[in-house]
Amino acid sequence: MTRKNILFAIVAAALLIVAPIGQGNYITYVLCSWLLFSIAAMGLNLTLGYAGQVSLAQASFMGIGAYITALMTLNGIHWIVAMPCAVAGTFFVGLILGYPALRVRHHFLAFVTLAFNTLVFLVFRNEEWLTGGSFGLVGMPRPDFWIFSTMKQLPFYYFTLVCFLVAAAIFWWIVHSPWGRAFKALRENPVRANSLGVDTRRMTLLAFAIGSAYGGLAGALMTPLVQFIEPGSFALIHSLKLLLMVVVGGAGFFFGPMLGAAIVILMPEVLRFTEGYYLIIYALLVIVLMVYSPNGLMGLGGKLIARFRPQREVRRDMVQGAQL
Amino acid sequence: MPEFIQIMISGLSAGSIYALAAVGFTLLWQASQTINFAQGEFVMLPAFFVLALMNLAGFPLWLAIAAAIALSVLLLGMVFKKLIVEPMLSHGTLPLVIATIALGLLLKEAVKEFYSPLGQPFPSLFPQDVFTIAGASISIPDIANFAIAMGTIIALQLFLQRTRTGRCMQATAQNPDVAQILGVDIKRMVLYTFLINGALAAIASVLITPIYLAKFSNGEVLGVVAFTAAIVGGFNQIRGALVGGLLIGVIDNLSATYFSAEYRQAVPLVLLIVIILVRPQGLLGTAEGRTV
Repeated sequence: MTRKNILFAIVAAALLIVAPIGQGNYITYVLCSWLLFSIAAMGLNLTLGYAGQVSLAQASFMGIGAYITALMTLNGIHWIVAMPCAVAGTFFVGLILGYPALRVRHHFLAFVTLAFNTLVFLVFRNEEWLTGGSFGLVGMPRPDFWIFSTMKQLPFYYFTLVCFLVAAAIFWWIVHSPWGRAFKALRENPVRANSLGVDTRRMTLLAFAIGSAYGGLAGALMTPLVQFIEPGSFALIHSLKLLLMVVVGGAGFFFGPMLGAAIVILMPEVLRFTEGYYLIIYALLVIVLMVYSPNGLMGLGGKLIARFRPQREVRRDMVQGAQL
Repeated sequence: MPEFIQIMISGLSAGSIYALAAVGFTLLWQASQTINFAQGEFVMLPAFFVLALMNLAGFPLWLAIAAAIALSVLLLGMVFKKLIVEPMLSHGTLPLVIATIALGLLLKEAVKEFYSPLGQPFPSLFPQDVFTIAGASISIPDIANFAIAMGTIIALQLFLQRTRTGRCMQATAQNPDVAQILGVDIKRMVLYTFLINGALAAIASVLITPIYLAKFSNGEVLGVVAFTAAIVGGFNQIRGALVGGLLIGVIDNLSATYFSAEYRQAVPLVLLIVIILVRPQGLLGTAEGRTV
């Protein structure tokens, strides 16, 4: 980590601390949901952007995490116990979902995960005895840390922020560790990675499991934030939304998913004056972006910088970032 | 037994319409490696062309249908190919997948905003009569849908195998480089594929919409069914998509009746996962080295 990076991280964290001060409850709520979707998108970025495994099931992991947390906290277990259970649960389910990825790749994997997401949705909706069916679960308590209660919106924001920063730090560590390089090797050329001694089998499963665990953490935060969960919040469309966040932001870039989540979550607020046309405008922008810059906004930014401040040419095959 | 026959017939009828969407999906994949996540919306939209032409421009039903098919060939075929797919082919599969997801969202929201968020009744194309054979009541629309869908697919198959253009299209799908060397205008052939997909989607739309209502969200289910049918049958064969579509239609109806109405959606998906894991090339497909 260079000095510039450390400085940037400190400035970013300071901005995040200042952001909700003086804002209304609603804006704080939107910021919270941005942070937790960033966590989920970060996980998907690991699976998709770094390891190159297409997954359309991230929302179902958020769902599994959210339901585990909800059921445990409703039964009087503290969030601090429920959250690790949600993360561990989604880690193992992710590990299982990783097995198909050992056999098939690309679009076939996309379809397996797509089917998985819909199956999980059906279970949430139909197993009424456990999940409350389509009525969902309500009244999950917000965690109370003795001297620090998160009942109010602002303390809850800081609580989410701490979780986000810890998750981001761990993510940074993962992608800069030998594991991160192994994930990238898996994406770029699995056969070669294997021949160089990377255990591709283990790395594929891990990419899925860790990515899913991030989804589980996001779900565990969503339960106390919204205090109402229902199957519709974890349907396929939300997995597609998470995929859009990652790709629009820039798959394979550290800050891509945060940027993507900001656009998906915060843009409706900015574009509120367009009323119903918001999604139409958004969809059009995504199509145009994909045509001009398949690496997402981060890739677009890089292109612009390169145009105005040309630097040393990097060999095309050594460029970092999503070259899926 | 009469109940079983009834279920089989309505399943085959729905399945033949699914097969239309699945065949189009397969054709696009073969010709340009496009996984069209908007295929469901492509089937949803032409019904609204028909409604708009009838209600706003006062067209009679049959003329409106003909015009809707022409419109979808133009918009969902030509414009889709030229504006979205063509500039993105060099970027690889994923950006195109994202773009088609966004396109699906765009079409859905546009219909919701500009036409109506409510389900619209769609005129039925055939008399609603029901007749009884061996105790099973069989409705005329079911038979007619099946006949039209199958007729379309057979006509397409004949076109692809018996005409020069059709064979050029097949050559393009199988090996574009060699086809080009042999003098096939591959860009034009790929464009034809997109046009055919537009027409197939429109026909499927006109056939399936009278069964439900015309609604902006119809594409969500239809899209998943089309992928499922295409994969179960085999991604690289028209026959495969046909068998897949029929199979899904029948299984869907059987599981709704005999298994569980709540989990009827799950059965084709479980089948999809099992097929992908056990036989990724599909029931009738041949293995493609490139994709697995």
